[in-house]
Amino acid sequence: MDNFTTTGFRGDDQYVASEDLLSTVNIAMALEKPLLVKGEPGTGKTKLAEAIAHALGKKLIIWNIKSTTKAQDGLYVYDVVQRLYDSQFGTSGVEDIAKYIKLGKLGDAFTSDEQVVLLIDEIDKADIEFPNDLLWELDKMEFNIPETGETITAKKRPVVIITSNAEKELPDAFLRRCIFHYIEFPDQAQMKEIIKVHFENLDEKLLSQAMAAFYMIREIGNIDKKPSTSELIDWIRALSTSGVDPDKIKKEIPFAGVLLKKDKDLVTLAKNLR
Amino acid sequence: MFLNFFYALRKNGLDVSVGEWMTLMDALEKGLHHQSFTGFYYLARAIVIKTEAEFDKYDQTFAEVFRDVPFEGPVPDEVMNWLKKPKDHLGREFEDEKLDGFYKDQDFKDLLKKMEETLKKQDGEHNGGTKWVGTQGRTGYGNSGWFPNGIRIAGESMHRTAMTVATDRTFKDFRTDKTLDTRSYQMAFRKLRAFSTDDPTAEKELDIEGTISDTCNNAGNLKLRYKNPRKNAIKLLLLMDSGGSMDWYNGICNMLFQAATKTNYFKELHTYYFHNCIYETMYTDPRMRMQDGISTEWILNNYSSEYKVIIVGDAAMNPYEIVEHRYDWRNKTYQQYSGMEWLERFKAQYRYLIWLNPEPLPQYRNFWSQTHLDLAQKFKMYDLSVDGLEQGIKALMARK
Repeated sequence: MDNFTTTGFRGDDQYVASEDLLSTVNIAMALEKPLLVKGEPGTGKTKLAEAIAHALGKKLIIWNIKSTTKAQDGLYVYDVVQRLYDSQFGTSGVEDIAKYIKLGKLGDAFTSDEQVVLLIDEIDKADIEFPNDLLWELDKMEFNIPETGETITAKKRPVVIITSNAEKELPDAFLRRCIFHYIEFPDQAQMKEIIKVHFENLDEKLLSQAMAAFYMIREIGNIDKKPSTSELIDWIRALSTSGVDPDKIKKEIPFAGVLLKKDKDLVTLAKNLR
Repeated sequence: MFLNFFYALRKNGLDVSVGEWMTLMDALEKGLHHQSFTGFYYLARAIVIKTEAEFDKYDQTFAEVFRDVPFEGPVPDEVMNWLKKPKDHLGREFEDEKLDGFYKDQDFKDLLKKMEETLKKQDGEHNGGTKWVGTQGRTGYGNSGWFPNGIRIAGESMHRTAMTVATDRTFKDFRTDKTLDTRSYQMAFRKLRAFSTDDPTAEKELDIEGTISDTCNNAGNLKLRYKNPRKNAIKLLLLMDSGGSMDWYNGICNMLFQAATKTNYFKELHTYYFHNCIYETMYTDPRMRMQDGISTEWILNNYSSEYKVIIVGDAAMNPYEIVEHRYDWRNKTYQQYSGMEWLERFKAQYRYLIWLNPEPLPQYRNFWSQTHLDLAQKFKMYDLSVDGLEQGIKALMARK
């Protein structure tokens, strides 16, 4: 709880957050509204939820959204087929519908006795109508199960964090209920902080050379998929364990495949190095 | 509070709702801006703005509403000197009273007049205070002060943190009225949809209601029933101008085409190319070689009126190209229809037809723009940008 003082969330030892991000997290918590986080891939949107949960000392429930995910899946699933199947073989308890109701992630978050952090990850992956189907549930923090006539109400209002890669635009009505934050790509100073969180006793020269090379690659115009923070961290790990001479980093870009995932980008880089 | 800010945001096209504004007021009451101007900037942005594409507009509006106006009039030298170098630094925090309406919005003229009067009466240096021209004070004039909408004379303004952020316009590149990548076009195309379960070729899915009902009718013995899934039933014709003046827009047209095909979202999508205006032949390839030709008559006969049509072109041509019955060299006759008549036929056949134009609607009528203006009268014409495409798609989806 050390990281959660009177001023709220302060970032933790695993996550470096900018000042405005910190204040936005606290705003969302104080106003009891979902926090919508957008940003380039690899800017640590998902990590943010982990850090908040960790700093607040609360359990984190992650609801990963896929293109096939329906809002209903997060509430509960009524396993009709199993029930039909059981009924064929006269298994006992078939008359008890509740036995075939399985709560989803949102249901889990609502029924938890303690306040939890609920991460709805990559909400934009789902169908375009998906967020609208969750409006009531996120607003009122309750939903009804018609099959059993039961209403599930949140015992403790969860801290809801939603991430989006902006693949699809989210509906207005949904956006109006959220607090919005856009994570900018970290600048060099912030990036240094972030890297220092991940490595102890990193050679200063290696770090500065790697950073210079990294930002140089990001500046190259024709790179399709720009390397992000997570790739930089992997790269530095590769560089430091293999003991590459720091002076060669910027000239030769060893292990470039860690930074760039597309063949075309690697070719572009090679051309730029010459 | 800050109602002028609210209305300025709305006036600049930011769709801030009353609900969001009340949330902001609630947040201010809870002190979530931490009594600072910068805090207020971020707080208001987090609550009222929901996409990074609008950060820039927000920044501009913020700067517009809370700017201090540089004063260009005559100021005595000695006043100027201590305005530039105040003797004592008060180091005050930006205070709540600002939010409580202590600083009323003032008419700039009144403020200027008041300042001139004050300057005449003033006898010495003033730092802090609420009456004289000086630094770190709360009148509407001087510098380093705490007066929104005030006049700044020399010096640097102090409550710059928020303002620098706002005036830097870091988020310029995210604006949606600029033409964006294919993804945003794809997203726009996603809005072009009409779900239907009519498609007999689609893979079937389990119909739970039907299965239960059938099982009951079957004396409790399980009997599965399947149904067609819901699929997009939209059929789309994309007719694109190619070559000539359109070469300039190759990139953007290409992107639109990519987006439409990549979405793989429509029941049917057919693309044909024409040059300048639609005539008796269209082409399946943008290079428009002879062997790719297809008769426009055939297109009209084979694609029924249920197709939605998007024409892409700059509509800039020599006016005679649109009205003239062209001479057919091969058959040694004049064509039956002029370009305009072909266009009219498309308009008559397809109720849902829009025109996307990469060139904005011209302000003045000149030789090359007159056809653009004329065609814009006849067709629902939109800019070929994400915004324009969205508006156009709305028109394609409107019930008639």
